[in-house]
Amino acid sequence: MAEAEAKKTESQSRPALEVAPGPHVHHGALTTRRMMLDVIIALAPVLLVSVAVFRLYALKQIVLCVACCVAAEAVFDLMRHRRPKIDNLSAVVTGLILALSLPGTAPWYVAVVGSAAGIGLGKVVFGGLGHNIFNPAMVGRAFVMICFASAMGATAYQDETSAVHAVTQATPLTQLEQTGETTELWRLFVGNTNGSLGETSALACLLGGLYLLIRRSAAWQIPAGVLLATGALAVVQNAMNPGADWTAAHHLLGGALLFGAFYIATDPVSSPLTPMGRFIFGLGIGALVMLLRVFGGYPEGVMFAVLLMNSVTPLINRWTIPRPVGGPVERKT
Amino acid sequence: MELLGEVILIAISAALINNFVLHYFVGICPFLGVSRRVDMAFGMGFAVTFVISVAGLLSWTFTTYILRPGAPLTTWVYRLAVPDTEVVPDLSILNYIVFIFVIASAVQLVEMYVRKFFPKLYKSFGVFLPLITTNCAILFACLEILRNVSGVPRAEAWGVVEALTLSVFAGLGFMLAIVIMAGIREELDSCDVPAPLRGAGITLIVAGLLALAFAGFTRVDQGLANLIR
Repeated sequence: MAEAEAKKTESQSRPALEVAPGPHVHHGALTTRRMMLDVIIALAPVLLVSVAVFRLYALKQIVLCVACCVAAEAVFDLMRHRRPKIDNLSAVVTGLILALSLPGTAPWYVAVVGSAAGIGLGKVVFGGLGHNIFNPAMVGRAFVMICFASAMGATAYQDETSAVHAVTQATPLTQLEQTGETTELWRLFVGNTNGSLGETSALACLLGGLYLLIRRSAAWQIPAGVLLATGALAVVQNAMNPGADWTAAHHLLGGALLFGAFYIATDPVSSPLTPMGRFIFGLGIGALVMLLRVFGGYPEGVMFAVLLMNSVTPLINRWTIPRPVGGPVERKT
Repeated sequence: MELLGEVILIAISAALINNFVLHYFVGICPFLGVSRRVDMAFGMGFAVTFVISVAGLLSWTFTTYILRPGAPLTTWVYRLAVPDTEVVPDLSILNYIVFIFVIASAVQLVEMYVRKFFPKLYKSFGVFLPLITTNCAILFACLEILRNVSGVPRAEAWGVVEALTLSVFAGLGFMLAIVIMAGIREELDSCDVPAPLRGAGITLIVAGLLALAFAGFTRVDQGLANLIR
């Protein structure tokens, strides 16, 4: 009895220690807003190229998607009686990535429905930023892809009567699938081809991606895994069809691969937490992209690959828990 | 070689492209009911895979030899009873009853096995273990086999290898779907899901998003078929 009493007084006399879950190191610059700002800066070259190539098509889509995403975030947060967290800029980033993954020719309702579905079904129903399982922008895009198949399909990218030169051609991957014609490597690199707004220029994606990696706003393992898997499988595919014009380099520079690898797959919320897990995640995306591109019914597979790997992210996290230094540690049951 | 190609196609198609849960939306009840924890989901996946394999194998045997119009065994018995007749005996009205019997007995087998060797798992499954009997994914596999045995010209009818491949890989596809779901649901435990959506609501939304992701596999089987043939 006396012992317990003594313990009690001791615990009361101790200085108040706060017990809180990690992370314990706080840094003023490490905020959500800061990371999102980094992504926006990294998207700048892609935005510039898309506006230069697609003119008003790009401008319309970008403004519409960003506005709708921010509005959707505000409305859904208010519906949950929360303070709308617009100031952390995550809705802006979702809007930008959604806009850049849509075809410029897509009608306005595609952008509106995509934004609402992306923010609503992709993020808010799971509890908002940090809880989402899937990449919100890709959920929005997949949603409109299934809903408005004719406005999002391969032929919808093309409008012969358009004054903008890029829009009058078929996208490189569609051209490859339908006529077997190969687009020159240089044009894929610079980006004056048709396609989703942000995916055309490999150069812009590489520049922005490099910035993200240097700032460490994106984990390098993910793009490395994606490029490695896609490149390796593309080389195998080339070896199986010798003489094909669409080489491994085309596979790497063409389509949404680089845009997806640097901006979409690296979303820190919906990708795995451990370095090993991130690498596996990247490899999975790269392999699925090649599978869907070569065999699938859609010309491009980046979106579906990202969604599929997002869905196994919890399992990857579970099975790649790193061993602490000096481990193995016995697990308490 | 041709058979091998066919088998690979059936396997990939059943497990991924036409995943029973995420493409045909059959077998939803255990998919929602037992996907709370990953180890339970694995257990359920194994149980369903076993039942579906046994049921698929038996239903192929019954369909081919007894149930389909002009099946050899039935014809032989019929000729014994009524010699000198041109009538083709057809027992296909018994399809569903026979399939349900087959499935129920396979489930009974699993139940006894799990109860004896994994009592903990048996407890955690609860009512969902006997409920595999009414799991539509299994009946769906049986009907799919039936369709490919008696619904097509004799020359294209499936052999036992194709039927077994379909059943095993349909079960594995079910396991894949339910384990992915369980992983996501364990993650959701720490998520701030809006109150009205907690439980079945958010699970169905996740299932819908998973189906959206699996829609990307559309027509991959055709591409593969072109490669193999």
